Amino acid sequence: MDLITDLLITGFGTVWDVLPLVVIVVGFQVLVIRQPIANPRRLAIGFAYVVLGLALFLAGLERALFPLGELLATELTDPSIRGASGESGGSVVWSDYYWVYLFAAAIGFTTTIAEPSLIAVAIKAREVSAGAITVWGLRIAVAVGVSIGVAVGAFRIVTGTPLHYFIIAGYVVVIAQTIYAPRSIIPLAYDSGGVTTSTVTVPVVAALGLGLASSVSGRNPVVDGFGLIAFASVFPIMAVLAYAQITKWMRGTSNC
Amino acid sequence: MLRLLLDSARNLAPILLVVTLFQLVVIRQPVPNLGDLLVGAILVIIGLTFFVRGLEMGLFPLGESMAQAFAAKGSLFWLLLFAFALGFGTTVAEPALIAVAGKAAEVAAEGSVIAEDTASRARYALGLRLTVALSVGFAIVVGVVRILKGWPIQYLIIGGYAGIVIMTVFAPPEIVGIAYDSGGVTTGTVTVPLVTALGVGLASSIKGRNPFTDGFGLIAFASLTPMIFVMAYGMFI
Repeated sequence: MDLITDLLITGFGTVWDVLPLVVIVVGFQVLVIRQPIANPRRLAIGFAYVVLGLALFLAGLERALFPLGELLATELTDPSIRGASGESGGSVVWSDYYWVYLFAAAIGFTTTIAEPSLIAVAIKAREVSAGAITVWGLRIAVAVGVSIGVAVGAFRIVTGTPLHYFIIAGYVVVIAQTIYAPRSIIPLAYDSGGVTTSTVTVPVVAALGLGLASSVSGRNPVVDGFGLIAFASVFPIMAVLAYAQITKWMRGTSNC
Repeated sequence: MLRLLLDSARNLAPILLVVTLFQLVVIRQPVPNLGDLLVGAILVIIGLTFFVRGLEMGLFPLGESMAQAFAAKGSLFWLLLFAFALGFGTTVAEPALIAVAGKAAEVAAEGSVIAEDTASRARYALGLRLTVALSVGFAIVVGVVRILKGWPIQYLIIGGYAGIVIMTVFAPPEIVGIAYDSGGVTTGTVTVPLVTALGVGLASSIKGRNPFTDGFGLIAFASLTPMIFVMAYGMFI
């Protein structure tokens, strides 16, 4: 019974969340476009599938992965579980947290692979690029970017370096890559920065940031706990640009 | 449908593997509530399957048919109004944003930027949400204009980066982390496919635009402008 209540609550929550979108789309369709849509039944069923799918997906995540992910994030940042050198009791060295960096990278990669909005963009990109971009190629490139980003972000929380140094350096790299990358990939690469952090990644990564900031002495969770999402949005851009550059270089052609 | 189910299972497998591995190897405790984990995993797999099927049946064709209808109608005003409404309306109710705005109000209260009471916190959080929603509406409008005009995206994005860097210098330090994060939380799971299909649909229904080079990029703007707007909000409050 418990499961069914959970499902109903998440289901209503999802419907509530997509309501503004439905109102805007239907409103413009009826008041402004004033033309019948082709296949309205199929569209409505598809939309219902999206909402139903998302509700099941979120209910499943809340039941299984979020508690476990958050538990892991807090336990890994607990001083007693860190590497052996961390037990010396003295001042904290950044390298004491190697498990955390590894976990950050692993969780960044895997949550991104499961991110529904990235799947959507990847399907669209394959369709539009006539197969030049593969769904898995794009998803893995973005996931590698997020995993590096979250690991670097965890390192930043441990060392306490100001966030904007890293982000601004990231922008410089992105701009430099933009100059050399194949023109056609650029909009998709920029898009992948915003797409990555959504329903799956944000809760787990935010828990990691807050847990880390509250366990490292001298860090204030409310101030230093932020910023992991920002890393997870800049690094995928680099990764996708790099993916395009590598593909182009391997093919040895100038037009990609 | 079976193939889709298998695909979804493959999407989830890496997370399960990582979480279980860390639980057993690093924390060295059995996985708590194994039953819940299994039920949850099955729900996630079925959910993703429906989601992907629904994308192809519903959201993608919807976005594309609306783009074509607007292009055929030829009214720039209504198209831009729709773009703004879509960006603003879907962001203002975004749960991830509501959570971040609440956290931001805590930070502001702690830094005594605003008073410690609940009312001023709620006001601050609401102001922040409206700011981010406005910025996303603005972003989609700019993105749509870019598709119509065929401007190269990199100049606009690099200009945006320059704006962020300049704002970072002047914005109060407490807001910077939140501002940077707000760029990532704005675009929800149902909005992204619809906006992407809209962009691609617009680019394919306008002569001289390539759906691949011109159609993408709307999400990029939507994750850039909130950073600038939130830092501005932090400066003026």
